[in-house]
Formats: sequence, structure tokens, C-alpha cells
Amino acid sequence: MPADQRINRDLLRPLTQTSWRFYLLVAVFGGIVLAAVVAWLSQVTRGFGITGIRWPIYWGFYVTSFVFWIGISHAGTLISAILRLVNAGWRRPVTRCAEVITVFALMIGALFPIVHLGRPWLAFWLFPYPSERMIWPNLRSPLVWDFFAINTYLTGSVLFLFLPMIPDFAVVRDTSTGLRHRIYRAFALGWRGTPKQWHRLETAMQIMAVAIIPVAVSVHTIVSFDFSMAPVPMWQTTIFGPYFVAGAIFSGIAALLIAMAVLRRFLHLENYLHRVHFENLGKLLLVMALLWGYFVFNERLVTYYGNKPAEMAVFWRTQRESFAPLYWTMVTGNFILPLILMGIRRFRTITGCVIASIGVVIGMWLERFLIIVPALGHKYLPYSFGVYRPQPVEILIAAATFAAMTLLYVLFAKVVPIISIWELKAGAHVPSALVPPATQEHPLGELHL
Amino acid sequence: MPKWGMTADLDRCNGCGACVTACHAENNISTVGAEEAARGRAKHWIRVERYWEGDFPNARLTFRPVMCQQCDNAPCEPVCPTYASHHTADGLNAQVYNRCIGTRYCANACPYNVRFFDFFNPSWDKPLHLQLNPDVSLREVGVMEKCTFCVQRIKAATIQAKADDRPVADGEIQPACAQACPAKALVFGDLDDPESAVSRLSRSSRGSKLLEDLGTRPSVTYLDRQS
Repeated sequence: MPADQRINRDLLRPLTQTSWRFYLLVAVFGGIVLAAVVAWLSQVTRGFGITGIRWPIYWGFYVTSFVFWIGISHAGTLISAILRLVNAGWRRPVTRCAEVITVFALMIGALFPIVHLGRPWLAFWLFPYPSERMIWPNLRSPLVWDFFAINTYLTGSVLFLFLPMIPDFAVVRDTSTGLRHRIYRAFALGWRGTPKQWHRLETAMQIMAVAIIPVAVSVHTIVSFDFSMAPVPMWQTTIFGPYFVAGAIFSGIAALLIAMAVLRRFLHLENYLHRVHFENLGKLLLVMALLWGYFVFNERLVTYYGNKPAEMAVFWRTQRESFAPLYWTMVTGNFILPLILMGIRRFRTITGCVIASIGVVIGMWLERFLIIVPALGHKYLPYSFGVYRPQPVEILIAAATFAAMTLLYVLFAKVVPIISIWELKAGAHVPSALVPPATQEHPLGELHL
Repeated sequence: MPKWGMTADLDRCNGCGACVTACHAENNISTVGAEEAARGRAKHWIRVERYWEGDFPNARLTFRPVMCQQCDNAPCEPVCPTYASHHTADGLNAQVYNRCIGTRYCANACPYNVRFFDFFNPSWDKPLHLQLNPDVSLREVGVMEKCTFCVQRIKAATIQAKADDRPVADGEIQPACAQACPAKALVFGDLDDPESAVSRLSRSSRGSKLLEDLGTRPSVTYLDRQS
């Protein structure tokens, strides 16, 4: 069978064949998400007090989830944009998995500023709409910057995801009949595969890839501004911008590795997602682990030498007092584990990548939590110190975000080929002029960089 | 335009808590009950912070009434996305309850922890519900509230003075806490009037601001203990 037909058959299979496993997954994860929606509605109707938020720790699990998911969203767009720009041949089966994570993680993360509001029914006041009272949002507030940054990023990454899907929609359109045909015809936007259309698609992809990188960097910098703009011990530091961006890319790569391993296994994509993809991304994970460690070392050492009483109280609280178990779990998951598993070639297998990635995801969630809660509970006046205890509603909603991510991913993989069909085919027939000499002898899938 | 300010004489404060009670009564601050209070949901716009100094047997108890410091450079104001927390021309750090959407960012930014969130709709133990102050709006669930320097009293006195075509006299306006203080530890007035009692006291060599090094420029001056 020719390669093109084989690619079509393998990658369109999840769209046409549905096993009982799909329904079970959707039912289980859909049920969890539904439970979280009910929990949130009960929080709205019964009062915000059913959460564990208290004076003076006014942000907890919700804001942790917000920062965490916005961080995860840096998987896709950023990684895929960079890989596209440097024209890394091995990116082809990876880019779409990554871009989908971005869009869904952003959608989940962007819910939390509303989920955590005291009066969520007034969230539209963040929009700069013309009001009869002539009130504008306060543009000095980092939360308003968040609003604009996240909306820009979401719009950009939806475009970045959608553009390369157009030729694939056309493939599905051409191989299907009936209602399915009509739906995909609408999404394919009249794609005929003419040279002019290809040229325009490539140009648009180049523009988006260049444009989305500064947007992605700015988004997590602005999220870090939510903290670094407030005079709270251990928050007000100039390192937060790059520290958050590095952490975001770090957790994004980890999420991507987990998603790829799951897809490979359940959609039988062993012929497309090879060990080399995991190895290359694993190396990237190692680099980011080192960068993350460097930032944490910097942040901690500078605070320690600064020796301000309020900051040192928070410092010791995380370093060796009540938050120490969480802190050292974070260091283990984010630094030691990836260093060992990704640093030693023998462990840099698919399983090794998944274990390291799970460690990083847990560690990065804890990192966000440890930035927010210990500092708020330990501001300047000892009289107003406090302890935060998350309540069931927050735990359920925070846990359900992972279910929501899985659910959205499963549903997406059901309706769109999760590996870009045309990019794979293009990779299989690259004009030799486009292939750098170093990679020419290794066509797609066997590339050992 | 006046610039409202307050002094708190730590030598005079004996921690009786009359200010806290008076504030609750004046400003319709709902009581949350023992269980919620233990969970950190009590709302005391003014609180008496109690600190122990020294070691037993030479330990000494000290008190410090802490309310919103009505900072001139308030960290809570720029962070509010909807201008619910904003600065008035007469130097008050105002909180517009109806404009608050409950991000709670202001309370995180406040180094004094004097902002309180309404976790539930307000309720009072009987018969406290019969003594609500009609001059102060009730706050619904999900908004932030805090000490206003009894802005309703300031407004009432200013309007009355304007009607009588005269300036507001020093001592004419008293927030509930200052009025209730049996030791007269709290003094309120116009800081722009160099002759007012609060101006003279805040120029005292005993005066200091709470967490002054954070640069928030509070309107409340504490007069340090000498005894």
C-alpha cells in the first residue's frame, strides 16, 4: 500500500471507528466535569464561603489552577511555532497534539478568573464596553492586562490550530459522505489544494508562527505580574516574568509528552510517534528542568541574602516549616526526577519520559500553589497570619480540570485527525532542495538528532 | 479640601474592644457566628491586635488598634480591575460595593490585611437585626468591604456645614470607633488643618506609621508607647 493511503487509513481510523472505550471515557470524564459544574453552581447559590478561602488567604486552589493551566497552554503554540520556524523535520507528527493542548488548556485556565469571582455574574465588567455610566475597566490592574493577554492568545492559538487543519478537513470531506461530508465541507473552506492555496496557507502559517511567540511569552509574563505587582513578601520580584514563562514551557512540554504517549497507545500511532519524538522532547524537558532549577536557585538565594524579615518568614515556611513537604516534592518532581530520567540516555525511553512528565506536572502545580498560599498566609503583621484548608468544592473543581482536559482531547481526536495528515505527507515527499544536508539521510521518523 | 486622618495613641489603648463593637453597630457589619469566625471569616473593620513583649515573668501585653490606614499610595487601588477600590479627593480610600466583582486582589495586595470579604449574604443574630444603620448600605455575598473612616458621618457633617455656610469644625466628625473609645486613644480630623487636634498629634515625635517602609503613606499615625 502506498504511504499516502496508509497515512490516510491510519489517521482517519479514529474518526470513523468508535469503540466502547470512547463512550466509557466520555461518560467518566464527562461525569466528573458535570459534578464540578454542579459544585460551582452550589458555590454561587450557597455563597463563596463553602470554599476554604479565608482572611487573609484570598486566593487558593482556583488561582493555582488558573496559573497552572495557562502555563500548560504554552505547550503547543510556542513549541510548535519554534519547531516550525526552525523547520525541524521531526515536528510534523507532534505539532497538532501540541496546539490542541494550548487551545484547551487556555479555555480551562481562562474559566478560573470567573470561577473564583465573588460575583461571577458581573464578570462582563472586565470588558471595555461602552457603558452609560462612562466607566471603563481599570487599565492599571494586572487582571485587566490578563483579560486582554489571554483573549489575544486564545484567538491567536485558535487560528494557529485551525489554519493547518484546513487541508485535513478537506481530506475528511473527500473521504466521507452524508452529513459528515457537509460538516467537513463547511470547515474545509473550499480547499482544493491549488498551488495558490498552498502558498497562502504556508504564508499564513509563517506569519502566525512568528506572531504567536511574543504573545505566548507576554501572556505568562502578565500572569506573573498578578503576583509581582502586589507588595506581598516573596511576590514582588523582577524574576517572576521569565521564571513563569520558563515554568510554563516546562509544564507544557510535560503535558505534551503525556498526551503523545497516551495517543500513541490508544490510537495505535506507533508508526507515527516514534521514540525519537519522545527523545527529542525529553531533551527539551531536560533543558527546561535545568532552566527552572536555575530560576528557583536565583529566587531563593537572592531572598536569603536580602534577609528581609517578612520575606524570610515565608522563605522558611516553604523551605523547612509547614510547607516543606510540598516544597521538596516540587523540587523532586521538577528537578531531580527529570534530571535523572532525561539526563541518562538509558532512561530516556517513552516510559521514562512519561514518568518524568508526570513528576513535572505535579511539581509545577505545587510550584504555583507554593507561590500563592504561603505568602498570603504570612504577610507582614503576625496578628493576621492564617492557614488555608481547601474544601471539597475547590478540590473537586481543581481535579475536574484534568478530566475536562482529557474529555476535550478525546472529543477532539474523534472529529479531527490528531496528527496532521498533509504535513506528514509533505514530510514524506520533501523536495530535496528543502532538506538540510544533515537530515537528508534520515527521512521522517528515523531522525536522530 | 480636607484630608482626613487619624491618630491612635498606643499609650492610651487598653484593648477594651469598644471600638470594634461600635464599628460593627455603626457600619452594619454582619456577625458570622463562632464557627465561621474560627475559620477566619470574621469581619472586624477595626481590630485590636494583641502582642506579648518580653518573656515570662517579665512579659507585657501591648495593644494596637488596626483599621484601614487609608493610604495615600494604596496598593489596593491600582490592582482593582473595576475601580471598586479608588481614591477620593479628600484622601479616603473608598470601596464601591456595587462596583466590586470579588476578585479579592485588593485584599491580597493590602499589607495590613484590613479588607474583608463577604463569604455569605449578611445575617445577624436576633435582636441585632433591629439596630441596622439606615445610613450604611448592606453588602451582598461576594464583595469586599473595609473601614471607610465612617464616610456616612463625614458626608452628613460636610453637607450640614455647607447648608449652614460654615467650615466643618474640628472634632465635629467622629467615626464610631473614636466616639466609643473610653480612653480617647483615637482622634480623627482634618490633616490639612494645621491647628486640628489630629494634625498636632500626628506631628508628635512619638508618631510613626504602620509598616512605613513599604511606602504606602498611611493616613493613620500611631503614637508610640512611652510607658
